[in-house]
Amino acid sequence: MGKNLFHKVWEAHAVRTLPSGQTQLFIGLHLVHEVTSPQAFQMMRERGLKVAYPDRTFATVDHIVPTAQVARPFADDMAEQMMQAIEKNAREFGVSLFDLQDERQGIVHVIGPELGLTQPGMTIACGDSHTSTHGAFGAIAFGIGTSQVRDVLATQCLAMEPLKVRRIDVTGVLGKGVYAKDVILNIIRNLGVKGGVGYAYEFSGPAIASMTMEARMSVCNMSIEGGARAGYINPDQITFDYLKDRPYAPKGEAFDRAVVWWQSMASDLNAHYDDVYTLNGSALEPTVTWGITPNQALFVTEKVPALSDLPADERHVASEAYEYMDLKPGTPIAGTPVHVAFIGSCTNSRISDLREAARIVKGHKISPNVKALVVPGSKQVLKAAEAEGLHHIFREAGFEWRNAGCSMCLAMNPDKLQGREICASSSNRNFKGRQGSPTGRTLLMSPAMVAASAIAGEVIDVRTMMN
Amino acid sequence: MNAAISMVQRVEGSAVPVRGNDIDTDRIIPARYLRAITFEGLGEFAFEDDRKSNPNHPFNKPQYQGASILVVNGNFGCGSSREHAPQALQKWGIQTVVGESFAEIFQGNCTAMGMPCVTASPKDIDTLQTMIEKTPSVQIKVDLKNKKITAGNLEIDLKIPEGNRLQLIEGAWDATGMLLEGKEAIKQTANKLPYVSGF
Ligand code: SF4
Repeated sequence: MGKNLFHKVWEAHAVRTLPSGQTQLFIGLHLVHEVTSPQAFQMMRERGLKVAYPDRTFATVDHIVPTAQVARPFADDMAEQMMQAIEKNAREFGVSLFDLQDERQGIVHVIGPELGLTQPGMTIACGDSHTSTHGAFGAIAFGIGTSQVRDVLATQCLAMEPLKVRRIDVTGVLGKGVYAKDVILNIIRNLGVKGGVGYAYEFSGPAIASMTMEARMSVCNMSIEGGARAGYINPDQITFDYLKDRPYAPKGEAFDRAVVWWQSMASDLNAHYDDVYTLNGSALEPTVTWGITPNQALFVTEKVPALSDLPADERHVASEAYEYMDLKPGTPIAGTPVHVAFIGSCTNSRISDLREAARIVKGHKISPNVKALVVPGSKQVLKAAEAEGLHHIFREAGFEWRNAGCSMCLAMNPDKLQGREICASSSNRNFKGRQGSPTGRTLLMSPAMVAASAIAGEVIDVRTMMN
Repeated sequence: MNAAISMVQRVEGSAVPVRGNDIDTDRIIPARYLRAITFEGLGEFAFEDDRKSNPNHPFNKPQYQGASILVVNGNFGCGSSREHAPQALQKWGIQTVVGESFAEIFQGNCTAMGMPCVTASPKDIDTLQTMIEKTPSVQIKVDLKNKKITAGNLEIDLKIPEGNRLQLIEGAWDATGMLLEGKEAIKQTANKLPYVSGF
């Protein structure tokens, strides 16, 4: 039997077996941001440790940065302190930092791929659960906590146990108005939020093979919402074309040699999988979450499910969701009022996401009841969008056009929901309180669906706005 | 200075049950408390929004103050990888979490802090939670060496990934030192990787 990519990458990076039986795993790329790293650097300092591989460590600022007024010092004193901490830590430990003055700044999971830092066959870690995004390139990438950030800083290694691998085949062709976001929301809906615990997800099949790298990143990004710590896609010509000429990608003949190695890391045709699951991509429709966990999702043409439609172990959370969201079973999700529209986050803030949203928005105005914002995932995305004039389209429709950052995905900066506002959001988590108001409500959907809902002032099927 | 390593073989004390599946780390510690450069002072904000919206939240109740064992249900700690969540629980007083299942990153974070996450069957967890709700003062023992939880005359088998168990009982849960020992082997592995040595 052949090997899958996960096993090949694991074997290539296994340093040794630890006394605990765990594997000491070498980490090829360590990405760092300002929220989960200051305590790790402090522990390093207290123990007199140095960063083992500073040239394999890259830091950026994304979570706390304001996206409207970015002048320093920040109005928020705590945010300013966090900025100063990462600046000091990067300087002191010799780590590259893409700070607010740097053209390369942006959400950590947007800039890694964009700069060509993320490459096939690597192991990638970051103190952030959406590190799974980088798996789109055929890397094994996963989130870690702050103590493990310290481990990687000090040793470039982690103590880990291998994951099982579930292949998820997405067959067919996605219909009009159906995107990568809809694919992953339906996988989570069907397999549940803990279905992936203990697994890495390998996404494959024709609907994945025909996706752009940006769409593949959206799929892998939300592996963690399905419980899978890592998700990946085997590298192919689309991957290599994306990487060519990126700043940190190999150049010239080295690139050709790299492609040969990258191809060798892809899953063998007869590879072993611990489980296989198939989803018919042709049957999908634009999808929206209605509840407080990402598996509480439905097609925009469906009604909020009744308790009796749900498996027994989901009913308790569903009851909580009806109450928190103030939605009744049997109500169509289309027509739910929307007060805020957010296009952004490491799931859906790349140029193709903004183009798709702009295509819907063009020539329309957002509903007077909606506050809408577009937050590009990185400065590079922002620049590319402005070169195409997308910012004019959004502004003319009534959207605010912001600077790069995480923004209202988790609302650690000034962008927050107020009270019980309902937000149509292209982000990845609809948890209670996630968008900054303890009672605020989030409906996850694709950027095109957010754009359409902003115009309508309520959840609407984006397909009705497409010719 | 080296990390003070201590063996974590058992935790004994009173417990607090927090019922519900899929309790995510945003609920354990809302993002606004991540605006900090230390983990200090997080304890009082554990479950803050849930406690405000529900006066009957167990963390609000006097009978559970001082508890060192948290008993939860399925997929506890899902969502964000923030270590601030287990740090907040630990600073509140929790030394071990017993549940039906945990999100992996959360479990990894807890282990790296010397705080065991152990699992038991849904039925056993329910029995345990009910017992604690009836008698909050009941003393519970979570024994990693013998893989048992005892409470009054109740005895439950616990599960924990063997690697984590060994790290905890042998005092190797702070992995930095152990990983540093492999310095030469790290170099060798790195140099064999074409993207490190150069394509
Ligand atoms: S955009 Fe949201 S999910 Fe992504 S890294 Fe930022 S806060 Fe996390």
